[in-house]
Amino acid sequence: MKRSKNIAVRNIAGKPLRSAVLVILAALLSLTVCAGTLIVRSLRSGLDSLEARLGADVMVVPKEASQKQSFENIVLQGSTGYFYMDKSLMDKVTGRDGVGKSSPQFFLASASAGCCSIPVQIIGFDPDTDFTITPWIKRSYGGELGLFDVVIGNDLNAFVGDSIKFYGVDCRVAAKLDKTGTNFDTAVFTNADTIKQLIRASLDLGMNSFESLDPDNSVSCVLINSDGTRSPEEIVNDINVHVKKVRAFRTGDMISGISSSLSGVSDVIGVMIAAVWLLGLVILLLAFTMSVNERKKEFAVLRAAGASRGKLASVVMQEAVITGLAGSIAGALLGIAAIVPFSKAIENALGLPFLTPDIASAAVPAVMSVLLSAAVCALAAAVSAVRISRIDTALILRGDN
Amino acid sequence: MSVTAENITKEYIRESKGTNRFAAVRETTVTIESGKLTVLKGRSGSGKSTFLNMAAGLSRPTSGRIVYDDRDIYSLSDRELSRLRNEYTGVIPQGQSAIFSLSVMENVLLPFTLYRQDGGEQKARELLEKLGIAHLENAMPRELSGGELRRVSIARALVKKPALILADEPTADLDDENTELVFDLLKTAAHEGAAVLTVTHENGAEDYADALWRMDSGTLEVIK
Ligand SMILES: Nc1ncnc2c1ncn2[C@@H]1O[C@H](COP(=O)(O)OP(=O)(O)O)[C@@H](O)[C@H]1O
Ligand SMILES: [Mg+2]
Repeated sequence: MKRSKNIAVRNIAGKPLRSAVLVILAALLSLTVCAGTLIVRSLRSGLDSLEARLGADVMVVPKEASQKQSFENIVLQGSTGYFYMDKSLMDKVTGRDGVGKSSPQFFLASASAGCCSIPVQIIGFDPDTDFTITPWIKRSYGGELGLFDVVIGNDLNAFVGDSIKFYGVDCRVAAKLDKTGTNFDTAVFTNADTIKQLIRASLDLGMNSFESLDPDNSVSCVLINSDGTRSPEEIVNDINVHVKKVRAFRTGDMISGISSSLSGVSDVIGVMIAAVWLLGLVILLLAFTMSVNERKKEFAVLRAAGASRGKLASVVMQEAVITGLAGSIAGALLGIAAIVPFSKAIENALGLPFLTPDIASAAVPAVMSVLLSAAVCALAAAVSAVRISRIDTALILRGDN
Repeated sequence: MSVTAENITKEYIRESKGTNRFAAVRETTVTIESGKLTVLKGRSGSGKSTFLNMAAGLSRPTSGRIVYDDRDIYSLSDRELSRLRNEYTGVIPQGQSAIFSLSVMENVLLPFTLYRQDGGEQKARELLEKLGIAHLENAMPRELSGGELRRVSIARALVKKPALILADEPTADLDDENTELVFDLLKTAAHEGAAVLTVTHENGAEDYADALWRMDSGTLEVIK
């Protein structure tokens, strides 16, 4: 291999230990920013995607559902559940002032199905009125869902064309949805007709706790958008006061809990990044100062051989930028490698929706953290570069006499 | 190239002494002549290195001028002066002066690589040969003895065939045989046209000298 003639490159190669320390420090800096930014971004897009999936201003559920198997648990904790109310309640609710679009949903929890080692949440929607799930499904599946067609969440282990059995009924996987980073990723979606058949099958098998349920006259929840004349708040209050046996709530309230956990997590990450950077900056400053101090004589010799003051500074800066960039790039890649493949584990650990960006979007925080951390290395080195460019060559050259 | 010191003085501030300012070199006017080997002797602390560094463009005199041909070198910018030093001056500093990440050969070729110039290998090999360290060409400085390092910095100072050679005790840690070798080299360079000034404590140095100076408490006296 041809050895570089560049003095900075040779200095880096000539002191592997010192260079390794600088590279590791730079890597640490960019790792924290890259990983931290990715986590915060993923949380934010998880929240956005949850908001989009909920997609309605107001939800109405049967009163007893708000205690035991609540909608929040299904959506936020990923537990499975089902609850029902009489269809006539839905008509009462949607008849209130200010209610614009509305659509019912139907829930069922599967016993273990072929695809899944754990029970999955089955959600049925009414294709005629639905305004929350259909737009999402449209992105993965252009056709209409027929009877016994299901659309499955991205995390489920089945593929388009597979057949899955729920309560002894064979269903066909028509499409697999985009990832959302929420618990909807482990859910199964069908149209209202299909889920009614499945509910009936569960009743026939004696595996549904609502023994006397009439599927044709029941719904699990109603999603409502305001028509603009009343605020969601007013609609919620109106329903809760005037319609018995149901509870209405704003989806925004559900999300605000997540929002505040998210900003808590962001704050913790911010503090951690700041701490690592402060420490990193101090260590970098020391490292460059030491590395330049122990080579004062070498710099004086360069000067005697004809190097200008600017050249000395440039050698120091080149050393810093080369090690800084190498470390920062390694750190950013490490950051991506530490977050992206483990998004499910992180989602579970944080208990928050977590949607990691694709590689192209992850590149933005990665590049940003590389630039930032390389810039900090350069800044730390600049102090030493300025000092070395001002050395008293004559004093150093007569030094060991 | 003629190198003249015109009435140069170098003062330093000293906290410990009664008088705060003291002159390491005072009001000296002298010419380092081309084609001659000039030997500068004097006690330790008499100002020899100070004079030499001023002549090399590494230390600005408190007053007076250093003139290369017609150019007052301290009126140049740092960039110009550095370039000039690279082109015309070979400095052999006191003590060891290796760049430890570069091999012996690369250390010798430094004046070329600093300005991305090619060439010099042949002259470098020739010098290493003469100095008896040709076999160390690819060695790294940490593998060398003090005397060998010394000779590397001598080769580096001479590799560009500079018009001015300034050597500060170049034979300090060399044995008699190598000392003689170095003086032969300096003498040859002088006779090929360079202006050569060497500070030394060697007793036999006068025999080589075309000119002999003595420094005493900052005052330079031309003896021969
Ligand atoms: N940068 C400096 N600051 C203060 N005093 C100095 C400096 N450089 C040299 N001196 C003093 O100037 C005097 C001459 O030093 P120097 O030229 O190195 O002597 P020599 O080379 O003859 O031994 C000494 O007394 C030394 O202590
Ligand atoms: Mg001296």
